[in-house]
Amino acid sequence: MSQELIQSEELTRRVISVIAASQKIEPEKITIDSTFEELGIDSLDGVTILFALENEFNINIPDEGAQGMHGVRDIVEALSKLMASNAGQPADAAAQS
Amino acid sequence: MSRRRVVITGIGVISALGRNASEFRQALQEGRCGIGPIRQLDVSSLRFQNGAEVSGYDPGQYFHDKEPDFLDRFAQFAVIAAREAVADARIEWTDALRERSAIVTGSCVGGKTTEDDGYVNLYLERKPRVNPLTIPRAMGNAGASQISMETGICGPTYTISTACSSSNHAIGQAFWMVRDGQVELALAGGSEAPFAMGNLKAWEAMRVVSPDTCRPFSKNRRGMILGEGGAMLVLEPLEAALARGATIYAEIVGFGMSSDAHHLTQPSVDGPARALRGAICDAGIAIEQIGYINAHGTGTAVNDPTEVRAIRLALGAHAERVAISSTKSMHGHALGAAGAIEAAATAFALRDGVIPPTANFTELDPQCDLDIVANTARHAEVEYALSSSFAFGGLNAVVAFRKNR
Repeated sequence: MSQELIQSEELTRRVISVIAASQKIEPEKITIDSTFEELGIDSLDGVTILFALENEFNINIPDEGAQGMHGVRDIVEALSKLMASNAGQPADAAAQS
Repeated sequence: MSRRRVVITGIGVISALGRNASEFRQALQEGRCGIGPIRQLDVSSLRFQNGAEVSGYDPGQYFHDKEPDFLDRFAQFAVIAAREAVADARIEWTDALRERSAIVTGSCVGGKTTEDDGYVNLYLERKPRVNPLTIPRAMGNAGASQISMETGICGPTYTISTACSSSNHAIGQAFWMVRDGQVELALAGGSEAPFAMGNLKAWEAMRVVSPDTCRPFSKNRRGMILGEGGAMLVLEPLEAALARGATIYAEIVGFGMSSDAHHLTQPSVDGPARALRGAICDAGIAIEQIGYINAHGTGTAVNDPTEVRAIRLALGAHAERVAISSTKSMHGHALGAAGAIEAAATAFALRDGVIPPTANFTELDPQCDLDIVANTARHAEVEYALSSSFAFGGLNAVVAFRKNR
């Protein structure tokens, strides 16, 4: 994982972009402080966003990491930790060939 | 049309708790959990490794020559359960009875292993063609059709697919047909074989499958555990059963169904409550007569407390006095077969006076603080019981049973 991705601003921008695309929300309406509730994101939307994020960053987000996320900041922080600790295994390793 | 009383005179079960109904019944009473590492396929790329498989299953013990080629694993389970139920009921077939008999089966996903094999051929191995039996093997009614051909039953025969409520809907519809005199006998239940990689990956993406085991209503629950298997019941009018001296396991007395009209995956409280009330109302009994509920109890974070609220809404103060267990903790969540497997569990519970437990229960959840029968079966003479199925898509089906006296 390239170092710049771990940097927060770029990460935040990409996370917002993924959420916007998957939820059909204009990116301008999403900020780092937006909560899922404010954005009208429910649990099924949540797993859809996680799927899109896994594809975007080519990582696996464990179920434990997905719990307790209530807004954009939670996602950015969780992804940041995941990438830094390298706990998110590269998806390629687990994917079917 | 006069209503007839409807009784269960035959039960067949193949599940993670054994390959016949008596093994199933014994395992339930022992509180034995059939969950373990998935062995049918390599699941090392999945976040979950455990499931409730039919262990030691060899199709060659049940099907001969070309037979297994025509039947997906899910349809095989339907046929095996149906054969056991029919033999158990000791039905004396006549042409007239076959014409006046019904088969209603439930399945959520149909022949997923067959479809998966076809896709592997097509997309992975780049083969230009797939097995011509893919369509008849994978179709949801494959089990019902095969049972029809084997038994000669040629009355109403169909399959219901309402996700996790499929076989409760099947049993309910069959019950109504027998009760109303549309048929003289019905074979009702369901089967499922969801352990195909594409389907398992889809469940993984839903993030509702437990990485360890299934702990319904327990505070430390971590999700559902997928199960496979099949269960079938023979239903017939009480008078006919008595006339031929049949063994009666239990009576089916009511059926209720509803739709949440709410969300694809988030359950509501109101919808399940209306199905519970519908079954009680259809049975013409008082709420206070209910002694046991075989709950939907998937063990997910959301289902269990929502179901508890639904039970409280439907049963009022009596909810605190009803014994509740989820046998999915032992046989897993067999999706479209769940209702049928749990109907068998409920019928045995009433007949034997033994309520099967919720296995793997370790910690009381204040949000699920009803009388959860935990870990050890409870001896209790119960007259009326309910068995609930609440499906994705918000489709709810509840069957009401009465102890045979």
